[in-house]
Amino acid sequence: MSLTLTRALWRYRGFILGSVKREFQARYRNSLLGATWTVLQPLAMITVYTVVFAELMRTRLPGIDSPYAYSIFLCAGLLTWGLFGEILQRGQTVFLDNGNMIKKLNFPRICLPAITVINALVNFAITFSLFLAFLALTHSLPGWIILYALPILLVQIAFATGLGIIAGVLNVFFRDVGQFVNILLQFWFWFTPIIYSTATLPAAARPWMKLNPMTPLAQAYQGIFVYGKTPQWSTIWPVAVLAAGLCVVALLLFRRRAGEMVDEL
Amino acid sequence: MGEVRVSGLGKAYKQYPGQWSRLAEWILPAGKPRHTEHWVLKDIDFHLRAGEAVGIVGANGAGKSTLLKMLAGTVRPSCGEITIGGRVAAMLELGMGFHPDFTGRQNAVMGGQLLGLSLEEIARLMPQIEAFAEIGEYIDQPVRTYSSGMQMRLAFSVATAQRPDILIVDEALSVGDSYFQHKSFERIREFRREGTTLLLVSHDRYAIQTVCDRAILMEAGRIRMQGDPIEVLDYYNAMMAEHNHQRIRQETLADGHVTTISGTAEASIVEVRLLNQRDLPADTVEVGELLRLQVRVRANAALPRLVLGFLLKDRLGQAIYGINTHRLEQPLEHLAPGDEVTYCFSFPARLGKGSYSVSLSLSRADSHIDKNFEWRDNALIFHVFNTGKEDFVGSSWLGANVTITRHP
Repeated sequence: MSLTLTRALWRYRGFILGSVKREFQARYRNSLLGATWTVLQPLAMITVYTVVFAELMRTRLPGIDSPYAYSIFLCAGLLTWGLFGEILQRGQTVFLDNGNMIKKLNFPRICLPAITVINALVNFAITFSLFLAFLALTHSLPGWIILYALPILLVQIAFATGLGIIAGVLNVFFRDVGQFVNILLQFWFWFTPIIYSTATLPAAARPWMKLNPMTPLAQAYQGIFVYGKTPQWSTIWPVAVLAAGLCVVALLLFRRRAGEMVDEL
Repeated sequence: MGEVRVSGLGKAYKQYPGQWSRLAEWILPAGKPRHTEHWVLKDIDFHLRAGEAVGIVGANGAGKSTLLKMLAGTVRPSCGEITIGGRVAAMLELGMGFHPDFTGRQNAVMGGQLLGLSLEEIARLMPQIEAFAEIGEYIDQPVRTYSSGMQMRLAFSVATAQRPDILIVDEALSVGDSYFQHKSFERIREFRREGTTLLLVSHDRYAIQTVCDRAILMEAGRIRMQGDPIEVLDYYNAMMAEHNHQRIRQETLADGHVTTISGTAEASIVEVRLLNQRDLPADTVEVGELLRLQVRVRANAALPRLVLGFLLKDRLGQAIYGINTHRLEQPLEHLAPGDEVTYCFSFPARLGKGSYSVSLSLSRADSHIDKNFEWRDNALIFHVFNTGKEDFVGSSWLGANVTITRHP
């Protein structure tokens, strides 16, 4: 099953990469600053959170005194959450948005979520490389341990992609899914230790946080970039299994409903 | 290559009474199906030989577009089988799924990639695509700024940049202006000569008759009839005028032509004769010869008003001349059942060489759509020869004179 899908993706790689490029170009076509906006948006968000939490509310990270610590902590969680959110949010509308194309052209539909994911990765790569440059300038690069972020990223991408495709397929049949995902993402964001650390939470809340699959991922990034700590793999494994499971469910659902989807668009 | 085989094809859309019942059907494991199936297409069987051109006609909602979509692979059949040998290029409705924010060029590249072309091939074909679409500098503008005609031109250029084994065109060409229509049909004919199989949906009688070898008439999701385009289109035309109490039948005449007869039968044509000046049946006619069309009509019911019309059509089914007694200001009024009348139209056959058909209509008013007593396509056929006049081209003889003045 996944073999035919992989083969279809490979055969249409030209179309997928071309679409990513075109979408990127089209997004900033009529803007003066172009791709700068990709950077400005998270930058604005980070500035707001830093000012509000670090300066005004005097949020401090326990055990660290660097002036940049909170910003780095924030970036580590926020930028990766941004990737997760973008894949999920665009994934859930990918089939609806491309309904016109789906109805008129015959091509493997799996290309569409692939384009969405790659697009999100491109945006993420831009902002994240700026983050890395910032780390280098402030001499806060954690060293080779940074490579540990790659497997974490992989798990996160798989998790987001699985969820995104499931939401995308369901959204064609039940538009409620799209509305629900948007609300869910808001709660999820604040329920994940991104702008605060779990250490600052009351003890009663902590076990609940562990139920959130995004918690160990965010903590792993923060560990790597703020403390230079190896991720706690024992907390990552369950998320990886969950992500793989979601991807399988997503592919099954997609296979089962791809034909019917055209009828509903 | 280029063969298309369709057997037992059908398409049903699922209809749910509401979203909750769809959810129930999805998640309740042992639940019974809660949807009703709405069949838009059923029991479709046909076979296209490689290189054949087939036109599909039918009223709106007959299932033509759904059929093409399934052949093009965008809609999945509910049952039946489609076997397609070769590369398919499809133009389903407008725009080929263009992305409005991308430029024409980007869309052309994307379309080419989806047709399975590599970037190098597209780059090689691009000048040709641009030249054929004739949209000039617009090629680098976003597609949302295009007119529908421009979108169609670009879509057609991309879809046909490389000769496909099977070309599927759904109405799309009707959007273009007549110049582009001619150009596109020229390209389609060229492909046909090189062996492309063509499947065309069109309401344009001329397009189907001139391009297609065969026509398929669809009605309410089934194939009603298939065969020679002119016969099928005559039948379709009769079907369109169909009202209550109407029957359609087709008869094969002695000379092998098929005549299509439809109507309420409140009046009927008893006999049709085309006579020349010596009162002999005119199968063959000289250019300019005086002809008389004699039609004997019987009223089968009390008719307040009766109009007889005739229409001459050329070999391709194009109307050459038509007139009726309403327009000649001689309608008959108050006929009793059993009354018989003989009409005699006389006219000179100022026609070009070739064969012509005569269609007749008995109706209450000017148009047979209003009340169609009898409509008879191909009521008779005659051939025009030119032995007496100068040799000319075209379907009518205008008898031009020439005076030439030399300027010293």
